[in-house]
This record gives sequence, C-alpha cells and structure tokens, in this order.
Amino acid sequence: MSEVLDRVSEVLDQSNERRMGHGGQEVIGVSRIDGPIVIVEGAGNVGYDEVVEVIDAQGQRRRGRVLEVGENTAAVQVFGGTTGLSIDGTRVRFLGQPLRIPVAEEMLGRVFDSMGQPIDGGPMPLTDRHADVNGQPINPTARVYPRDYIQTGISAIDGMNTLLRGQKLPLFSGSGMTHDQLAAQIVRQATLGVPAGQRGSEGASATSTEQFAIVFCAMGVKHDVAAYFRESFSQSGALTRVAMFLNLADDPPVERLVTPRSALTLAEFLAFERQMHVLVVLTDMTNYGEALRQISNVRGEVPSRKGYPGYLYSDLASMYERTGRIRTSEGSITQIPILTMPNDDITHPMPDLTGYITEGQIVLSRDLMQQGVYPPISVLPSLSRLMKDGIGEGRTRADHSHWSAQLYASYAHVQNVRSLASVIGEEELSTVDQQYLAFGGSFEREFVSQGLTENRTIDETLDIGWRLLSMLPKEELTRVSEGEIKKYYREAHAAH
Amino acid sequence: MSQQIGTVTWVNGPVVRSRGSRRVGMMELVEVGDEHLVGEVIGMQGDITTIQVYEETSGMQPGAPVFGTGLPLSVELGPGLLKSIFDGVQRPLPVIEMRTGSFISRGMHLTPLYRKDRWNFTPRAKEGDAVSGGTILGTVPETPALEHRIMVPPDLSGTLTWVAPEGQYTITEPIARLRIGSADDAGESREVELTMLQRWPVRKPRPYRSRLGQNIPLITGQRVLDSFFPLAKGGSGAIPGAFGSGKTVTQHSIAKWADAQVVVYIGCGERGNEMTEVLQDFPHLVDPRTNRPLMERTVLIANTSNMPVAAREASIYTGITIAEYFRDMGYHVALMADSTSRWAEALREISGRLEEMPAEEGFPAYLATRLAEFYERAGYVETLSGQSGSVSVVGAVSPPGGDFSEPVTQHTKRFIRCFWALDKALASARHFPSINWLDSYSEYIADVAGWWKEQVGQDWYALRNQAMEILNEENRLSQIVKLVGPDALPDEQRLPLETARLLREGFLQQSAMDDVDAFSTVQKQIQMLSLILHFHHRAQSIIKRGAPISMIHNLPIVITLIRMKSVVPNDQLEKLDGIRQDIDRQMDKLESEYA
Repeated sequence: MSEVLDRVSEVLDQSNERRMGHGGQEVIGVSRIDGPIVIVEGAGNVGYDEVVEVIDAQGQRRRGRVLEVGENTAAVQVFGGTTGLSIDGTRVRFLGQPLRIPVAEEMLGRVFDSMGQPIDGGPMPLTDRHADVNGQPINPTARVYPRDYIQTGISAIDGMNTLLRGQKLPLFSGSGMTHDQLAAQIVRQATLGVPAGQRGSEGASATSTEQFAIVFCAMGVKHDVAAYFRESFSQSGALTRVAMFLNLADDPPVERLVTPRSALTLAEFLAFERQMHVLVVLTDMTNYGEALRQISNVRGEVPSRKGYPGYLYSDLASMYERTGRIRTSEGSITQIPILTMPNDDITHPMPDLTGYITEGQIVLSRDLMQQGVYPPISVLPSLSRLMKDGIGEGRTRADHSHWSAQLYASYAHVQNVRSLASVIGEEELSTVDQQYLAFGGSFEREFVSQGLTENRTIDETLDIGWRLLSMLPKEELTRVSEGEIKKYYREAHAAH
Repeated sequence: MSQQIGTVTWVNGPVVRSRGSRRVGMMELVEVGDEHLVGEVIGMQGDITTIQVYEETSGMQPGAPVFGTGLPLSVELGPGLLKSIFDGVQRPLPVIEMRTGSFISRGMHLTPLYRKDRWNFTPRAKEGDAVSGGTILGTVPETPALEHRIMVPPDLSGTLTWVAPEGQYTITEPIARLRIGSADDAGESREVELTMLQRWPVRKPRPYRSRLGQNIPLITGQRVLDSFFPLAKGGSGAIPGAFGSGKTVTQHSIAKWADAQVVVYIGCGERGNEMTEVLQDFPHLVDPRTNRPLMERTVLIANTSNMPVAAREASIYTGITIAEYFRDMGYHVALMADSTSRWAEALREISGRLEEMPAEEGFPAYLATRLAEFYERAGYVETLSGQSGSVSVVGAVSPPGGDFSEPVTQHTKRFIRCFWALDKALASARHFPSINWLDSYSEYIADVAGWWKEQVGQDWYALRNQAMEILNEENRLSQIVKLVGPDALPDEQRLPLETARLLREGFLQQSAMDDVDAFSTVQKQIQMLSLILHFHHRAQSIIKRGAPISMIHNLPIVITLIRMKSVVPNDQLEKLDGIRQDIDRQMDKLESEYA
C-alpha cells in the first residue's frame, strides 16, 4: 500500500515540476541553523516564497519555505522543525514554486496534515489540480454581499447575532470553556434559514437540498479536541462531507502557519469551483499567532504589541478574508475561527486584531459558564455586523431588528441595575428596576441557555424574547414600535 | 518609456533592493521583474535602491530586472472618475475582474480611466484667452449629479490658440492648444495640446490660491455630529473606536448623507464585504439633495486588508489627490479614510522590513509627520481659478484594544480639530451612533455658530450648550446614583436624569437602518432639541412647585419625545408643533394641580 502511495506522490511531484518548468536545484550544506530557520548559501535563482525540500543526513525529507532571498543567500523556514539537521549533512532542494496542495472533491471524508498529505492511511487523492496555498485576494467587485441567514438553532446567535452565509464570525473563548461544544453544535444544526412561520412546511435543510461541506482545521489543539469534533461529525452523519486538516499539539509549530492556508485552499476550490456551501472551522487561532510570533522572533524582526510582529493584522487578514461569496459561483465560504483569549483578555492582540477583521464576534463568558449556562454566550460584547442584512421581513420576521435592539438595550440596563443592587440591596430598588432584575435572570436562564442538542426555530427564539420582554412595563420598551407592542406584548404576563 | 535601471539583489515581502543606476529618483515609479510589478523607490544608498512593490512578490528572484519610468507615482484625473472603484494605486477593479476573474492576479497594467468613452465637452474658454493653471476650459456632464469642469493643469499658463467646439471627445483627444510664454519674448514660446486627461503625483498637494476660514458646517444629517460636534467644511476629524463600536457604520452614514458634492471613500486595509456593501447599496440610495443615486457623486478606493500592503500605504494619497482635483473645480468634497490605523500599520510593516529604528510600538519615528501631511491636505480654499472649494477629511482610527493612548490615536489628535470618540459600552447597549458625548469634542463649534443663526434661524449655540450641560450634570449625578440609588436624590436633581434620558434616547441615538431616522435635516434637529429643552424647562418649574418626579416621568409626552425621531419625517416638521402643544397641554394640567 505504502509503495503505491510513494509512487503516486512521486508521479505528482514530477508533474508539478514539469508544469513549473524548474528543475529542483539542490544545495548541499547550510550555513546557519537558528530555531526553525536555516540560512542557505550558494543558491542562485531562488524565488521569494518558494517551497523547498530539506533532506537530512538520513535521507528524511521535510518541507520549508523561503522567507527572504539575497543574491547568494536564502532564509528558509523549515516546517518539520530543524531537529536533526546538521550544517554539512543537510541538502536543500529548491522547487521553484510556491507551496501547493492537491485539491479535489474526493478530499471530503479524509484527514490530512498541514501540507495536504493524507494521514488517515488512505491513498493520495487522485487529482492533477494543485493550488497555491497563499490563494489570491478576492476582487471586491466580484463579491456578492451575504444576505442569506444560517439558522443555527441557538437563540443567542440566531436572534441576537445572526450568522449569514459568507460571513466570518469567530468564537472568542478562554481555556476550559465550552467553545468546542458550541462550534460542533453550530456545525451540526446549521441549515439555511427560512422566514419565521414557514418552518415545518418544507423542513428545508440546507444539508439535504444543497451541496454542503465542512473543512475542519486544527492548529496546535490536543488529540481529544480533534477526536471530539470527529465524533460529533460522525454522529450527525456528516463525516463523509468533512475534510480535516490536523496539526495537533505535538506536531511542529511552524507547520501551523500553513495548516489554515491549506484548509482554506481546499475550501475555495469546493466553494468557488464546485459550487458548495463550505463551513470552515479554524481552531485554535491563538496557537497560530504564537507560531507566527516565534518565527518573527527568531528572525529578529521589530515587534509591535506583546512581541507579535507588526504584520500580524495583514497576516490574519490574508486568511480571514478568504471568506464570502462571489458572483461566478453559487457556493460560499463561512468561517468560524475559534480563539482562546489568553487570560480571558479581549484586548490581547489576537482577539483584538481578529475582531477588527471579522464580521463580528461571539464572546463566551466564564461567569455565565460557572452559573451553568450553556452556551455561555455573553450577549452584550457579541456582535454580528452582517445581521442587519439577513433579517427582517421575508428573511426572518419584520420585528426582528427592533426586537433584538430592545433585548440588547434592556439587558444592558440590567447590568446597571445589578451593580446598583450590589451596593444598595435589591429591596431598595424601584419596582421597575426589580422587574429588570427578574428579566435579566430569565434572559440568561431561558433565552441564552439551551440544551446541547436543542435546535430552536427562529419562531421559538422570537417568541421566547417577546415573552421575556413582557416581564417589563410597556413604557420601558422604546426600541420597538407601538404596532409591534400591540401585536406581540403579553399583557397578562406583565401583571405578575 | 521604461529602461532597465538595475537588477534585484534582495527580496523580503513587499520590499525589494536592486543594484544599478544612481540616477533613479527618490519616489520614482519603477517596474520590477519580468512581470513588471509596479513599485516605488523609497530609499537609495550608493548604487543600491530600495523599492516598495505594490503587488505580491512571491517567486521574485535576485537577478530579475528593474525598470525605471522617470515619473513619480501619479493618478489619472479626468472624466470617468465618478462611479468608479479603484485599488490603492488606481487600477480599476471592475476591469481587473473582467480580465482575470474573481481573484486579483498581479502584473496587470491597466489605465485607470477608460480611454474609449466619449464625453460631451462644452467649451467655456475661447481662442485668444489668456489662461493660467486652474482656468476652466469647458465642462462635461460626467453624471447627472455633477458637472465635471475641465481645467488647465496647475503648472501651465499661456494663451489659448485653439479650443475644440462642443462635441464628443475621448479623454485623450485634444480639446485645446495652449501657447506657453508670452508673445513678447518670441522664440521662447511653445505650444502644448491639452486633453481632458491629466496626471498628478499623489504625494504632492495640488496648489490653490489661498486658504479660507472654516465657518460652514459639513451637514451630515447625523444629529450627534451636526448638533453637538460639528465638522466644518474643509475641516478634519477622526473617529477612533474599538472593533464593533460602529466606525464603519458612522463612516458610511457620513458618506451617504453629507452635503458634499463629491465623496471619496477609501477602504484602506478593511473588509472586502464592506466595500461590496457600498458598491451594491450606493447605486440604489438616493441623495436627498440632488435626487440622484449616491453613486453618481462617489469615487471608491478599495485596498482591502488582504490586498498588497504597500498599495495600502499609497491608497490614502491616491484618494486625497482625487479629492483635491474635484475641490479645484470649486466643489465641496468629503473624504473618508477607513481606517488610518491600517495605513499606519502598512508604514510600520515596510519600516520593519527596512530595519529602521522603531519609535513607539514599532511604528516608525516619521509616523506623526506623515499623519500631519495627510490631514493638512484638508482645507477650505480659494482655488487657482478664484472659486471656493473644500476637502473635508474624516479618518477612522482603530486603536488596539480600544485604548486611545496608542500612538496613532494620539498623533492623529494633534492634527485634527474634531474628535468623535466611539464608546464600546454604548455600542454594547446598542446605542448608535455610539459617539461618547463626554469624550468627544469639536473645535469648530464657535466657528459654525454664525452659520446656524443665519441659515436655521435659531440660537443653536445656546441650545446645544444647555443640552450639553444637562448631559454633563447627568454624568455627575449618575456617580452618586451608583452609590446611593436614584431615590436618594431630591426631585430637582432627578429631573436632569430624566431629560438626559430623552436626549440620549430621543436625540443622540439615531438608527442608520430606519428610513425616517437615518437622516435629519438641520431644521428637524434644532426643533427636536428645542422641544426636549422646552419639556425640561416646563418640568423644572412644576417640580419647584412640589410635583413629584414620578408625575413627570409618567406623562405620555415622554414616550412621544423619544419616538418623534422616527415618527416625524423631515418634510412634515409641522407635526413637531403639535408635539409642542402636547407638552404645554400636559404640563398645564399638571401645573394647575400644583398651583
């Protein structure tokens, strides 16, 4: 079996080289090894960003990439790590092309390493399509603005932070929180949303009527996490639609810089050439950032905040922006990156720069988790920037936008009331403020909180919201219109 | 026009060094490699030239040729700018899409303005006229919303020997001939052909005759801006805010509703979908002043975060040069740059690759100088032809972690006079625009007060200050309330809390999504403000007579005042008079009970 594999990959390598028109020039010996970077001297015609093969004295191959070229020298970042490399015994082959991975529909249902090589024991996918992992920027004029909402069945997302097809919406979490469960639940339950009231007639699940695919990318997470996601995909019967790219905690950190790019390269192929709706889960972006910082550090670059390189923003953007829809394809890429915020600090450069690039964020709160709320979504700092274009009449329901603004405003007031109550005591609060306190508690227990497998329709979500708003006096509800109050406000409830 | 000036010796991302000619000019435009990637000379040492390349440099090898053009980085100016979308170095993105599909590939050499369109030129100058830079030769109805005025390039003057008759011309066909040099010193004069197409180097401000005062506000239809923190035409302002605090929505609102004749919107290192949103919305949105689609007055520059970083650095210069060009025609131009922090980061990235000594947080020491140069290109001027025009600049700032003490925010504050501080807490409570009224300021308030008095007729300055006083009082009182609860305050002090709520919810909050509320005329703004203050004064005197605050709080007029922003359209302001009568009626009743 492995012989066949070797032969196939050799044929592929050769076809690659033919296409690129470069032989692989080989240099024996390196002049310096510094962490994951080797400096090669005596190479001519080396291209910036070209991929290399580093072969150690034992004949073992690992891949690398050119970070900087001078007239006679090249700095090469070695993905497999530099353990075991020696100054004299190392051979470096320059392949004359940027890093490419095979892309094919058959890659769904399979498991790959960072470089797109299968690690599930199966054969190399048979394809002659190889794509540059760096991709190319999407022309803003070629984009289609996202407008179709995805129903995740989670109230705090569907109601308050609606996710749209073609959006990038990260989960900001912390170590030990339930982000994996939440991400898995989103992936399991995601269907193309239909307007409220229409549910049931069709049951139109995006998974049954349209081509969908999931690309899962693990960067430096533990085996258990990858296994958990795999289990979850398998339970929902989606495993044959999932391509997994794994760089686990014990894999070389430098490879992490390539893993998400490989995953997104496949996602782009599936979405824009095979018209599929692709959901990409990237976990954990914080580990990616650390790998980038490590490389930058070794190269002696001028650091900006917390030792991260000045180009962290552009680097993250080069991945997050590979999301969206384009005019020439029916398909879409939706990204859900997961970040664990070091020390739960949302101003840390990783969540901070991510928040500036992505179209909103779902923030998880440790307080809520400790109160037993699942999913522990902290609604106030969470945001979906595209929500306004995916909700309302004909998409969800006409009152959705006012409804969510009212819930936000009321829940924000609850925070003020709580801090006041902690000083003067609940008994001293005015009647209205006491109603706010009750509303706040119910909001967390009944609206935000739901079961791991509970899949709420948009009607259910909106109904719960109105039921909770009815706990407050009508006069307090200034964000919804008078007509909406007449239609949805429940007088009886307010009485007690 | 291009000849080889050297060969590449070193490549590191967008920064390339080459060895060769010593005659290359600083900031000269060069082409690198066999693909002729566009770049700009940013440093020279002996025969080594440092170049920043505006395109992806993957695969670039030492030994590749470098070509000089002898020209600085310039933009093309002429009919066809409006309704267009360009990248940071003015390549037309729709044409790139036609050539290479949905993804941007490199090495594309495209003319920014389409050469084959024919424009209807009507001459204004005639043969024999003595003209100088800026003189208007003729006009072209570029869009129904705007007349494009064809000017003599700023650096030329002389006598017209021929002017084209009215007719259809492309931008490269001659429309006039100019003899340079006076007739007296014969032999020195030469003749040049003028076309509708001109070029101007982006890093050089376009000349004007003199600067004028900034006494006219740029009306944006956003109540918190116009009424509380106005920006003057020709002024400069900044919108700093953490992510999710609404910078982009505020910028979009200004781009949509500002009473400028031309809007230049620079998406500089931001999201692709945001530019797509503008591209898809603006053709359908109607400018309330001209009743034409907003796109007809808009020029878009899109260099999104994943596009090459050096071109991001160039994008704001490309944008402001285009803005100055329209200013020179005698128009009021509003320029939005979203976000200047991403531009500063591009500077930092290039500086880092050049291994320059960093100042604060890795930013180069010249950050402040560059920011100053950019914001100083805003201004209300008398143009070379004696008209008045302006460029108003609004820059978004994205401070890391929302911390305003970082270098870009701090340096920006030195060069702008209007500071709209976005507040994450307000945004979390969905109070939009989330502009914090305590941290924001405008230095134009006294300057534009005269305009309000003249044009709107009411004493805006006094009303605004009263409202600000109430908001400040609320802030002070709420510190006490946090400690002892609102009930501990006497009723006279609880009234400012009540009125401040009206101001916050009824006036400062404004929904960009609501058709009625999205844009308020100045008349509506000032009447709303005076209604809320009228309520305050009436309530004040009633409370003095002993009425409890709860009676005031429960008046039905309170809800009416909060809802009036989205109930009363701009063209039915008489309804506000009805609300004033309601205030009086309900207050009269209360007053009679406590007489």
